[in-house]
Amino acid sequence: MIAVALKGLAGRKVRALLTAIAIILGVAMISGTYVLTDTMNAGFDTIFSRSYQNADVVITGKAVFDNANGNTVEAPTIPESLLGEVQNLPDVALAAGSVTTDTLKLIGKDGKVIATGGAPSLGFSVTPSGQPFNPTKLTAGEWPKGREIVIDKATASGEGFAVGDQIRAQAFGPARTFRVSGIAEFPGVSVGGATFAIFDQPTAQVLFRKAGQLDAIRVQAKSGVSTSDLVGQIRPLLSPRQIVRSADEQAAQDKKQASGFISFLQYALLAFAGVSLFVGAFVIANTLSITIAQRMREFATLRTLGASRRQVLWAVVIEAFVIGVLGSVLGLFLGLGLAKLLNAMFVAIGIDLPQGSTVFATRTIVVSLLVGTIVTVIASVRPARRATRVPPIAAVREGSVLPPSRFAKYGTATALTILAAAIALVCIGALGSGIATGPRLLMLGGGVLLLFFGVSMNAAKVVRPLAAILGAPAKSIGGAPGILARDNATRNPARTASTASALMIGLALVTFVAIFGQGLRSSFEDAVNTLFVADYAVTSTNTFTPIEAEAGQALVGAAGVSDVTAIRAGSARYLNSNSDLTAVQPNLEAGVAMDWLQGGEDVPAKLGRDGFFTSKDYAKDHDLSIGSPITLQFADGKKADVRLKGIWDEPNGGSPFADVTVSTALFDKYVARPRDEMVLINTPDGVSDANTATLEDGVRNFADAKVQTRDEFKKNFEKPINSLLNLLYALLALSVIVSLVGIINTLVLTVFERTRELGMLRAVGMTRRQVRMMIRYESIVTALMGAVLGMVVGVFLAALVTHALSSEGIVFAVPWIQLVYFVIAAILVGVLAAVIPARRAARLNVLQALQYE
Amino acid sequence: MEAAAVPAVDVADRAPAAVVAGRDLTRRYGEGDTAVDALRGVTLEVQQGKLTAVMGPSGSGKSTLMHILAALDKPTGGEVWVAGTKLGQLKDNDITKLRREHIGFIFQFFNLLPMLTAEENVLLPLTIAGEKADPEWREDLIKKVGLQDRRTHRPAELSGGQQQRVAIARALVSRPTVVFADEPTGNLDSKTSGEILELMRDSVDSLGQTTVMVTHDPRAAAIADRILFLADGLIVRDMPRAEPSAVIAAMEELSQPS
Repeated sequence: MIAVALKGLAGRKVRALLTAIAIILGVAMISGTYVLTDTMNAGFDTIFSRSYQNADVVITGKAVFDNANGNTVEAPTIPESLLGEVQNLPDVALAAGSVTTDTLKLIGKDGKVIATGGAPSLGFSVTPSGQPFNPTKLTAGEWPKGREIVIDKATASGEGFAVGDQIRAQAFGPARTFRVSGIAEFPGVSVGGATFAIFDQPTAQVLFRKAGQLDAIRVQAKSGVSTSDLVGQIRPLLSPRQIVRSADEQAAQDKKQASGFISFLQYALLAFAGVSLFVGAFVIANTLSITIAQRMREFATLRTLGASRRQVLWAVVIEAFVIGVLGSVLGLFLGLGLAKLLNAMFVAIGIDLPQGSTVFATRTIVVSLLVGTIVTVIASVRPARRATRVPPIAAVREGSVLPPSRFAKYGTATALTILAAAIALVCIGALGSGIATGPRLLMLGGGVLLLFFGVSMNAAKVVRPLAAILGAPAKSIGGAPGILARDNATRNPARTASTASALMIGLALVTFVAIFGQGLRSSFEDAVNTLFVADYAVTSTNTFTPIEAEAGQALVGAAGVSDVTAIRAGSARYLNSNSDLTAVQPNLEAGVAMDWLQGGEDVPAKLGRDGFFTSKDYAKDHDLSIGSPITLQFADGKKADVRLKGIWDEPNGGSPFADVTVSTALFDKYVARPRDEMVLINTPDGVSDANTATLEDGVRNFADAKVQTRDEFKKNFEKPINSLLNLLYALLALSVIVSLVGIINTLVLTVFERTRELGMLRAVGMTRRQVRMMIRYESIVTALMGAVLGMVVGVFLAALVTHALSSEGIVFAVPWIQLVYFVIAAILVGVLAAVIPARRAARLNVLQALQYE
Repeated sequence: MEAAAVPAVDVADRAPAAVVAGRDLTRRYGEGDTAVDALRGVTLEVQQGKLTAVMGPSGSGKSTLMHILAALDKPTGGEVWVAGTKLGQLKDNDITKLRREHIGFIFQFFNLLPMLTAEENVLLPLTIAGEKADPEWREDLIKKVGLQDRRTHRPAELSGGQQQRVAIARALVSRPTVVFADEPTGNLDSKTSGEILELMRDSVDSLGQTTVMVTHDPRAAAIADRILFLADGLIVRDMPRAEPSAVIAAMEELSQPS
């Protein structure tokens, strides 16, 4: 019987392939996600483990806390004197120190900073005796001495630098010129968008503002000495702000943040794979249902020959299993290509991570094959159960219809109940109070899934009225074929509904993203418009990495500049959490318009070295009132006591300020190398080309500084929202493609089913063109139904979620133009889906079609 | 009608000796005013090793009768026995088992599986039952239906007559108690029909295969050992083996308004 099922499948290769495509894309997404993130992980692994090659243990400074979700926390440095003590230990074979920074900007020949997107621009030091620890290898030239630099190979070839050339580099203070003494690489791994530069130790210490200090000491033990013995010997030499770890532990520690980001990326991408698979399951279930309806006589014959219901069920499930396995295998390999495409997409929005050689893990293979196969088999269960209901008598009777299932009479009630339950679940999930985040997300996620089911189950009932509305233009444009197309779409409402439902899912999510994105953007715009009153802003080139404070200071008192006010960004521990900390200058009001609720209009000027301000919400949540004391602890362990001196009304769309903001006077006392998230500037006569030129001249020495007018500044801040939205659209497009495949399947099968009818239409004078038109309109009507249903669901979900988040300032705003684009996209999907089926229909040989069976 | 559906108890509980028997069979389609009575009380016994033809004009109920005897359809009233088993309240699985062991089918439109070869189609009932064909029997059968050179051909590559030969072999392969043939020549030209009828006759003579054939073709009925004439849902005549001309005459007699 299995052999019979498999032979049946082999006899319908095209149909099997069409069905498989629905699963291929979703599986490709799973496999692509794993390949990409594994490859990135391997890249980081290589970099970090190479970073400690030949070292047994590593000594570093130890920050009191880390701030996982905010600004980076720089570990305190180690005094260079410790190196000597370590070297004198009896069991130490070799010890060498190094300094590092992740903001060493290299300046290209065009005078601009070599952009790294969001990737770090690393700088580190080498010493002649520490060469065994050096993770990089020279590909040309030699290691640097004095005012010399070694740069990475990708930058050298990309920017056209060779050994002997001059290059400018900047970490703190003005950029300096170095001679390129050599070019190096991390063997076996691409560093992605990152750049690196290597200096000799004394030069690096000056450049990185770490004179007499070290960031790490790498130690190699004499042979026969265990790592733990060595750690035991070193530990007594250390202060509480220093730590010694084995090299492996240190590499794992270094990789923590990267790993966190990669696994976030992995989950996010897998979620999109899940959406595609969900849509794919719809498509598969629908395609199988149609094929089963067309194979009724075959199943009935099998029954008359003694096949049991169970055997019929298995025949269908086994077919699905084989389709699932084949589709999953194809998807698995397609994923290798998709991984490259995904990476290109990430690079385009500025996420350019290191990559080792492509990793094709066993886990990738197992999960892809398993998930793809299981989803296909699950999707086949309902059609398979339908097949078991085919009565044996259908073998002898023309035009038998499937008897309704035992549960059919409850169909409408069940469908409505599921829809109502889904809406209730989503509403409670979004609006209910006092629900923890976990259950809330679960309710929302489950509710949305159920909602898709509910809508698709009820969709058959709205097919007729929808077709009447959506098909009206088809009638006037297409004439008779238009009318036939519209009627064909309503001929089997259940089939049309489930075909359209697949597209509905994709469009619902796209619509949701569009509306949510619009809400996010408009609340953000409101905040920016309210807060920023300065003419100009200076930030780092990529807008988000804080820039060294000296850049802003260079403008203070410059000719043609009336106000300069900086906003510093860093991290501190306060009120039992590791958080961001910002700092402002007394003249803050020159750049930011703030609505002070308590403390008076001159809070920034009054902060002094013992004051802070906070927002109304934070004050309320933490029971703070004017005069409340809190203690700030900085990364090096030092503490500062401050009192609340002002409370302001923060706009819903956010602000540049952390929960606690102090004065720069206090901040600079505790933070060794302060950085500004932005510097706001006024000029006596506002924005003009001349003023822009003056400011650019003022920060000329700081290659990473970018002068922006107020409008440019606002746009730059919106960019990440827009690129994120575009990324989401691109990822959701995959599920739309899957639903397009679904429409193609339905139409191809429908054309096959109506062979005789199409022959008749041709025989009575319908032209090939009219046949094609008829199929195309039917396809468009189906696609539009999916679009309409999807948009309704999407708008509903977005209205719910934006309402739930209205306290965060997210407003419900429908981006009409985008919705119009989506409708146009749906029409295009319809047209595209119809190409192959229409061609098949038009190609029909009239005579054969009429003789068919 | 009601009375016919409730036979005397002592008779109903005793299984008839015949391989296939029907007693007081009625079949009503639809409900209320639009209800149609396809069978109005048919009692018959099919003799073992004989070819029984069921004849009648369209709408006489002959197909319905065969569907009910073959367990494809359920009677509204009355009882059916196949190989001594009362079909009555049999579960789907029991009916499936009955079909495997006791019933073979020959269809008007052949109903071969297009993706299987001729030989695979022949063996399909055994495949489904999870049994192996006795090689000698398989060879005999294929030779008997004249498909030695067509074993690996698929149905699409065979003529209508050849396809029906495959179907006949398929019906015989599991040596069923009874073979039901539904208009076996209905879709064939007259020359091919003749060959197929010969083959069916031969299966009865050489293998002793009990066969019930529904047909409206007098030539087909003329190969039968016994011809049952149906009209308006009742058996109106039970005729022994006859020449086609006699069958035609009987048919014409039937279509006279009574």
